Amino acid sequence: MTGDHHHELARTPVEERVDALESLLTRKGLFDAATVDTIVEYYEHAVGPMNGAKVVARAWIDADYRARLLADGTAAIAELGFGGPEGEHMVVVENTPQVHNVVVCTLCSCYPWPVLGLPPTWYKSPPYRSRMVREPRVVLAEMGCPIKSDVEIRVWDSSAEVRYLVLPVRPERAGALDEAALAELVTRDSMIGVARL
Amino acid sequence: MHDLGGVQGFGPVDIEVDEPVFHHDWERRAFRVTIAAMMAGHLRGRFRHSIERMEPTWYLASPYYEHWLTAAATGLVEGGVISRAELDGELGAPYAIAQPVRAPRLTDPGESSTRHRYAIGDVVRVREWHPLGHTRAPRYVQGKRGTIVRLDGVFSLPDVEYHCDELRNEPTYSVRFDAADLWGESGDPVHVDLWESYLRKESR
Repeated sequence: MTGDHHHELARTPVEERVDALESLLTRKGLFDAATVDTIVEYYEHAVGPMNGAKVVARAWIDADYRARLLADGTAAIAELGFGGPEGEHMVVVENTPQVHNVVVCTLCSCYPWPVLGLPPTWYKSPPYRSRMVREPRVVLAEMGCPIKSDVEIRVWDSSAEVRYLVLPVRPERAGALDEAALAELVTRDSMIGVARL
Repeated sequence: MHDLGGVQGFGPVDIEVDEPVFHHDWERRAFRVTIAAMMAGHLRGRFRHSIERMEPTWYLASPYYEHWLTAAATGLVEGGVISRAELDGELGAPYAIAQPVRAPRLTDPGESSTRHRYAIGDVVRVREWHPLGHTRAPRYVQGKRGTIVRLDGVFSLPDVEYHCDELRNEPTYSVRFDAADLWGESGDPVHVDLWESYLRKESR
């Protein structure tokens, strides 16, 4: 709770603006914190890349599921119980030895909440949003994900209603792991496309 | 300032390892109050454009959830749910919100359509149009040639939704742009999701 020491010290301007908006709306009967606290709790603790990792692991072990996932991402992801805001129109793009996919939102911060949770700060930052479309190969290398020159990079700018999930290549070291163990190998960054497994 | 695709001058992507969902309690509370206003329908047709109307240096220098807070306050004021004076009074100082809407209000949403006019493989060119209001046609693809690679659903056109009382629904597409067409040099292709009225058939 590193942010909370401000409560005893001077409030920062943005904290004061949050306080003011919250108290004005509460006084006018337009805001009931309790009703939205469960939603905040959900996005802070119950949703995250562990959901997307289950989707990826299932696709790795089940060829029929993989085919359904690539044909209709929203429906196949719903089979595992995931869906909702910012995940109503899912497209899954598949990495192969020849193709590497990476996702960006140049206009704002569009991100598949039901499978990855809320986006990290870097995904919403001007350097990532400006440069990933202009020089993806350079940015990926800088982020620790060098892509061989004979591999095509496909950048997806989620500027409308579709939200993207990258299906990473199953790593060689995965061997004969079971589905739950496979899911453990899958990282958030590999499903955005800024890492390979 | 929000339309950042291809803008030069930014440095490395700054990555925080094991980043928490919220860094400070105020971020959690800004998220919460904005979600509440969204669920009550107060920010419909206002949210994104409010962020886009933040003064550019403020937009670039402020943390993400300050954008949300600002959009919530701006949308609630513009929707008549609360007044600027009430906000100022509550804060005890002028409450910073986004700059006013400059685009004219539309009276006619135009005709909706549900059938895709273009097919996969069609070569199209993005309409060159930089409106004062909200749009989802990024500047870096405007006027550029691309190829339809996927047909997506029919959705409300944001350019209309944000500036009109009625909606206009249109098919959407994923369009592939070659780096040479975007930047004048070789590189990797970029795919951008676009509404149909942003596109024109390219006659080769």
